[in-house]
Amino acid sequence: MFAASATRFPALSVELKNVTRVVDGMTHIHPTNLSLQDREFNVLLGATLSGKTTFLRLMAGLERPSSGEVWFSGQNVTSVSVQKRNIAMVYQDFINYPNFSVFENIASPLKVAGKKPDQINQEVGKMAELLKLSEFLDRDVASLSGGQQQRIALARALVKKASLVLLDEPLANLDYKLREQLREELPRLFAASGSTVVYATSEPEEALMLGGHTAMLYEGKVMQYGKTTDIYRHPGNLESARIFSHPPINVTTVVKSSDMMAIPGIANWQCPESFSSRPNGEYLLGVRPHHLSLANLEGSDNHIPVSGTVQLAEISGSTSLIHMRINDSDWISESGGIHAYSIGESINVYMHLDGCLYFNRDGSAIH
Amino acid sequence: MPLHQRLVPAVYILFLMLPIYWLLSMSFKTTNEILGGFSLFPQDFTLENYIEIFTDPTWYRGYLNSITYVVINTVISVTVALPAAYAFSRYRFLGDKHLFFWLLTNRMAPPAVFALPFFQLYAAIDLYDTHIAVALAHCLFNIPLAVWILEGFMSGVPKQLDEMAYVDGYSFPRFFVRIFMPAIASGIGVAAFFCFMYSWVEMLLSKTLTSVAAKSIAATMTRTASTAGYELGLLAAAGALTIIPGAIVIYFVRNYIAKGFSLGRV
Repeated sequence: MFAASATRFPALSVELKNVTRVVDGMTHIHPTNLSLQDREFNVLLGATLSGKTTFLRLMAGLERPSSGEVWFSGQNVTSVSVQKRNIAMVYQDFINYPNFSVFENIASPLKVAGKKPDQINQEVGKMAELLKLSEFLDRDVASLSGGQQQRIALARALVKKASLVLLDEPLANLDYKLREQLREELPRLFAASGSTVVYATSEPEEALMLGGHTAMLYEGKVMQYGKTTDIYRHPGNLESARIFSHPPINVTTVVKSSDMMAIPGIANWQCPESFSSRPNGEYLLGVRPHHLSLANLEGSDNHIPVSGTVQLAEISGSTSLIHMRINDSDWISESGGIHAYSIGESINVYMHLDGCLYFNRDGSAIH
Repeated sequence: MPLHQRLVPAVYILFLMLPIYWLLSMSFKTTNEILGGFSLFPQDFTLENYIEIFTDPTWYRGYLNSITYVVINTVISVTVALPAAYAFSRYRFLGDKHLFFWLLTNRMAPPAVFALPFFQLYAAIDLYDTHIAVALAHCLFNIPLAVWILEGFMSGVPKQLDEMAYVDGYSFPRFFVRIFMPAIASGIGVAAFFCFMYSWVEMLLSKTLTSVAAKSIAATMTRTASTAGYELGLLAAAGALTIIPGAIVIYFVRNYIAKGFSLGRV
C-alpha cells in the first residue's frame, strides 16, 4: 500500500558527529560518532539509563548536544528547531492529545502542515484501517485501552510520512499479546513507509525480532553498531555480549595451554583454530545459556559435557532455565521443553563449543 | 441507614442553612416586623425590599459595579497567571521555588495592609473610584492564587505532550491555545471561580478605592443607615441577592473543584 509513497520524500541519513551531552555535571552521553542506515530499522539496544532516550531526544532536537553536531542527509541540523526537522516520535507511555478525538489525534500533524480536509480524511482513514482503529475514529482517546492508545500514537507518527521516525520503547507498557503482535507489524509498517526508523529498546529479543541494524549502548557510549544479526553473533566486547543476552550470559575464566583450552576442574577441549596462534594464559569465555543444553549430545565433537548441581529450575514459556552450580561458579542453562529438576540434584549439561565467545581479559572480543 | 447516621448530617445541614433561611425570611419582612419581635415566617409577606433594590439606581448600580470589577479582575488574573504557572510548572530557573513561595505570601497578608498605599497610589494617578482600580488591587491576591491552582493542574499534564506537539509541528502559541489550555480547562475553571469569589466577597479594598462612580455593593450595604434609621429588610434582601452570582458560578465548576482538592491546590 505504501510502496508508491516510499519515493515521495528523500531518504534521510542521520549522523551524530562527536556528540556529547552533559547535564548538571553528569555526563549522559560520552563523545559519540554514529551514522545510522537510512530507510532502515535502527535499534538502540541498552539497559535503563544507558542513554537511549537521550540519543532519541538529541536526534529529535528536544535536547541540544553539549558539544558536537547532528547532521541529517549531509546538512547540519544541530540548531534547527524540532518543528522544522520533519520527524515523528512515539513515547513509551501512550501520549495523545487528551481533548482531541481519535480522528483529530491522527490528523493533527497533517492539519498543522496545512493539508486540505479531503486529503486529511483520506489519509487518516487509510491509516486507521491499517492500524485497526476505523471503528474508534469518533471516540475520546481516554475511553480506549492502552494498546489502542499506542496504536493512535503510531498512526499519528506514520501518517506524517516523516523522514525520521523515533520510537522510544513503544511496546514496553503494552501487555504481552499485543506486544508480540505489534512487534511483527512494526517493521512491515515502517519499511513500507520508507522512513528511517530509530527504535529504542532494552530487550535483546525485541532487537533480534525487529532486525535491521543495532547500536549497542552502555553507560552513554555506543559500544558497537552494525547489522543486528552480526552483532548478536560477534559481540565486540563482553559488555555487548552481556546486553545482548537474555537470560544473562555465563562468563568464566578459561586457560589456554599449547593446543588445549580448559575451564580448570570443569572441562577441557581442543583449542579452536582462530586461537592457536595466541599466547598461552588466561582468557574470558562467554557461553549463552542456550548453548548449555540438557539434550544428550555426548559423542558429537563440538559438545562437551559439564556436570553440576541444580540450584533452581524455572520454566519460562516453553523453555526451562536451570540455574546450577559448577565447582564454585553459578551457571544458567536454557533448553527447549519443560524439564523438572529438584534442587541439589546432580545434572549433566552439554556445552556447544561453536557457540563459545572468547574475550581478552580486558573484555575485547577475539574472533 | 440507621437513624443516628442520618441524624448527624441532617442536623449539620440544618445549622448551615439556618442563617441563610433567616436572611431570606427577613428579606420578605418589613423593617417594622423585624424590629417588632420574633417570628419564624414573614407575617406580613412583602416584595417591597426587592422592588426597591431593582428600581433604585444607588442599589442596583452597586451590583453592576461589583460585577464589572469582579469580571475584569477574573479575566486579568487568569490571563496573567496562565503563562506564569506554565513557567513554574515546566522550567527550572534561578530562584524559582523562592519566587513561587513569595507569590503565595501575598495571599497571607491582610488586605488592610495594602489599603492605604493603594488609595494613595490610585489617587495620584487618577485611578481612584474606577472599576479597573479595584480589579487591579484584587490582582494582588488573586494572581498568586490563580498561579498556585493552575500550576497544580499543569504539572498533572506530562511534559511529553508539549514535546509531541512540537514534533508534530505546532508552534508554541498554537500549542498553548489549541492543545494545552483545553487540556487544563477544568483548572482554568477552578482558578476563575476562586478569583471570582475572592474578588466578590472582598470588601475593604473595594470600599476604600471607590466613592460614587464605581461604588461596590459591599460599600452600598454598609452605608445604609438612612434618615429613617436602619432599613433591615432592605439589607436582608440585598444580602440574599449577593449569594446568587456565587451560586451560579459554583454550579458550573462544581465537578472540577473536587479535582482541585485532590491536587491539594484549592
